[in-house]
Amino acid sequence: MTATIEPEVGKSRRRKEDERLITGRTRWTDNLSLPGMLHMAVLRSPFAHAKIVSIDTSAAKGASGVVAVYTAKDLDPEGAIGLPCAWPITPDMKAPRRPVLAADTVNFAGEGVAVVVARTSAEAHDALEEIDVEYDELPVILDMEAAIADGAPLVHEDLGTNTSAVWKFDSAEAGTGGNVEEAISSAEVVLKRRFRQQRLVPAFMEPRACVVDPTSTQITMWAATQVPHILRVMSALTLGIPEHKLRVIAPDVGGGFGGKIGVLPEEMMSLLVAQKLGKPVKWNETRSETMLAAHHGRDQIQDITITSTRDGQVTGLKVELLANLGAYNGLVGPGVPILGAFMFNAIYKFPAYHFACTNVYTTTTLTDAYRGAGRPEATFAIERIMDELAVELGMDPMELREKNWIKHEEFPFTTVCGLTYDSGNYEAATEKAKQLFDYDGLRAEQAERRKSGDKVQLGIGISTFTEMCGLAPSRVLGSLDYGAGGWEYASIRMLPTGKVEVTTGASAHGQGHETAWSQIVADQLGVAFEDVEILHGDTQSSHKGLDTYGSRSLVVGGIAVIKAAEKVVAKAKPIAAHLLECAEDDLEFAGGKFTVKGTDTSTTMGDVALATFFAHNLPDGVEPSLDSDATFDPENFSFPHGTHLCAAEVDTETGRIKLRSYVCVDDVGVAVNPLIVEGQVHGGLAQGIAQALFEGTEHDETGTLTTGTFADYLLPSAADLPSFTTDRTETPSTTNPLGAKGVGEAGTIASTPAVVNAVIDAVRQFGVNDIEMPLTPMRVWHAMRHGTTDAGGPGRDEAGGGLGSIDATGGAQ
Amino acid sequence: MRITVTVDGTKYTDEVEPRTLLVHHLREKLGKVGTVVGCDTSNCGACTVHLDGHSVKSCSVLAVQADGCEVTTIEGLARDGQLHPVQKAFNDNHALQCGFCTPGMIMQSIDLLADNPDPDEQAVREGLEGNLCRCTGYQNIVRAVRDAAQHMSPGAGPEAERIAETKHAGVGGD
Repeated sequence: MTATIEPEVGKSRRRKEDERLITGRTRWTDNLSLPGMLHMAVLRSPFAHAKIVSIDTSAAKGASGVVAVYTAKDLDPEGAIGLPCAWPITPDMKAPRRPVLAADTVNFAGEGVAVVVARTSAEAHDALEEIDVEYDELPVILDMEAAIADGAPLVHEDLGTNTSAVWKFDSAEAGTGGNVEEAISSAEVVLKRRFRQQRLVPAFMEPRACVVDPTSTQITMWAATQVPHILRVMSALTLGIPEHKLRVIAPDVGGGFGGKIGVLPEEMMSLLVAQKLGKPVKWNETRSETMLAAHHGRDQIQDITITSTRDGQVTGLKVELLANLGAYNGLVGPGVPILGAFMFNAIYKFPAYHFACTNVYTTTTLTDAYRGAGRPEATFAIERIMDELAVELGMDPMELREKNWIKHEEFPFTTVCGLTYDSGNYEAATEKAKQLFDYDGLRAEQAERRKSGDKVQLGIGISTFTEMCGLAPSRVLGSLDYGAGGWEYASIRMLPTGKVEVTTGASAHGQGHETAWSQIVADQLGVAFEDVEILHGDTQSSHKGLDTYGSRSLVVGGIAVIKAAEKVVAKAKPIAAHLLECAEDDLEFAGGKFTVKGTDTSTTMGDVALATFFAHNLPDGVEPSLDSDATFDPENFSFPHGTHLCAAEVDTETGRIKLRSYVCVDDVGVAVNPLIVEGQVHGGLAQGIAQALFEGTEHDETGTLTTGTFADYLLPSAADLPSFTTDRTETPSTTNPLGAKGVGEAGTIASTPAVVNAVIDAVRQFGVNDIEMPLTPMRVWHAMRHGTTDAGGPGRDEAGGGLGSIDATGGAQ
Repeated sequence: MRITVTVDGTKYTDEVEPRTLLVHHLREKLGKVGTVVGCDTSNCGACTVHLDGHSVKSCSVLAVQADGCEVTTIEGLARDGQLHPVQKAFNDNHALQCGFCTPGMIMQSIDLLADNPDPDEQAVREGLEGNLCRCTGYQNIVRAVRDAAQHMSPGAGPEAERIAETKHAGVGGD
């Protein structure tokens, strides 16, 4: 065994995961093929809202290769509890039963109506065509405001309302701050704005899939999921399968971004069908199905009121949200806006705050977590309105931020939401970003271009942000009616040969846990990076956990690994002392060696592991094991922050936007692997920029999703994005022993407002103070011509949207 | 229909339905599951392979069209335990996260470099336009392709040599 000298944490290690991924030896769920395996396909409703009059499956049952066809009466009997929602945000939340298959009515286009099981996937899909469903159309409800108006048609008649719940926070009532209505009535400046968060598709690259094998005493389910542990317990609760008889494996998972949180109807169908038939069953969705039936994200209307003094001291913030749940509650969907409630305060010192969110049902695909979940929506609104307030006051938007943010010396700082930010240094990140960006130089160029009436105008967008990471803490989640804890689990097994097996309850889907955890363990135990194996995503090996979402893996799961490693060292110490014939107190452990203080007498962790395995010579009463496990439940969230600056060039004749430069300085605390951190930031930026410029779902008036494939939902390609300049400051978190803060969502959270602020800044001279996202050339062009806030109509221009150009007459080039 | 396709150096003769797509033939019949399916509209490029030395989206080629052809997949790139320079560059430059787009991205990058041995950033971005990645923001992929270009001279690796040779002979990418 090699003892590492140089610390692994902080090193830009190339990833362990890559070897299999770059050679095509990956274990995607869809790669699995089991003896006798059958294939399941789902018939989906073409209507957004309709009564199911009848379903005739007789022709499908006789189709080639078909083994069985099932509808709701077979798979979803009366009295079954329906699919779970783990975040009932208020005691009186109106929650419809979400069936595995629709029985009487379909409530969004794409809802499952029947399933076919056949010998091959092609035969299963062919047979779907043979099922005859008679529908009786019901009113389509797409618009949130219309949905909650008096007399609106109802998505779920039995609920008597389309309002699911209203959730409020008020700083005066909570005793954390002043009264917003008083702030408004006494303010020198009151600014109100409405922002829309368009609906997005998480669009992980690997479509969802599952394989269920019921042919042994234990049912095994492989699934493309972020949450194998949650999936197991929820499957048990939903279907009544004894938990110990179900093993869930998330093998290699091709991205999630929140979109693979959930207990899917298709997963439940597969479990039910496989048990009925006694054979392995695979379900693998097409991309078009993903777009229709995997949950969507965002979709809020945000009414924001900000108050300030004439010299720019903010005094109050009032937020009223409408959040579109879609037709049902997702696993954590109702809680997504609540996460945002704590982030509208952002990095600022608001003396008074009021938040109210109304969750609304519509006849659309349900919404749930999407990268950042609630926090991007909040950050967007606050960073947009800070820019608008700066204009109102005639101040530089950076100056306004600096005047109102929490100063470095004020940390820890308890915000008006009641959260305590443990550490932060907004000044340092901002100063670094401004230098990298040449803020003053670009402002000068912008003034020059405005003066000369240049065809291409320059805009500068700022986004200074923080987010709450590391979900945990369990007690706080409990106080918000979240239906689980937030702790994380890890175990470590020292093997006889000195190698180390680590299990983690955090289930990776591209984040690089195998590399980062190996670095952590190498430092903790003094073993080589290569000698550590990380096992994850299998409820049998990593038998306990709460999975990966909300940038919690490192700052919760990684710390559990440290805690487990500390226990291994503690267990090894008496054995080492026994072997070296000294007192435990005389030993020190460093670099993988137990050394008798003041001497060069030592033994390695590997030697102790072997001696423990032999167990020939252990101290009395010591068990022959260097295994240990630990959970970690932090006392507080962590709060990464950063400053993002975007320079956008807008062609005033075409509305075409070019991102000239994008600079961000993020503070994620201690970076275990700076290479991975940088990659996470890049990917996050791409997703946030995509919300600003490219992506958004559209429905026609019948509720049909018209952006149902990658041909019409514009995921940016390499050619659509610039290179980013990224850098870091490092202010360690004080809420965990590693000092890490989390990074998974930061880039997405910060970049959307930075880009939109830049574009608005470029075209503000045309009387534009808002443009609805995504900022297509048509919308920008229209706003410049008409000074309106939204071109209305479809978000896509005929040139293909995105950065395609529209000429001055509005026609496609 | 009966077709014969050489995949990663091995010849396979099989009966296929006329409608079978090459990607499904590779995955389901030949067990070449390194090539993956990411969409059903030929937009994402995850299924990119080489057909007679040129990149194709294997979801847009019928298996019968590949009859008598040579297919190289991600599984056939490394030879004798030696990674292709583009594979190595993806690892060196952290050009992947979840890795689902990676096989297609690597296959497309190799074709791109066969076409243009020393592309600038813009040329790489445009050359990869048909391959979508949701994790990386593309920056490290672009970096990896340009890094690989520096190691793609003859002698840099088995596949690089082969491409260089076929190019030289006027058979491969022009």
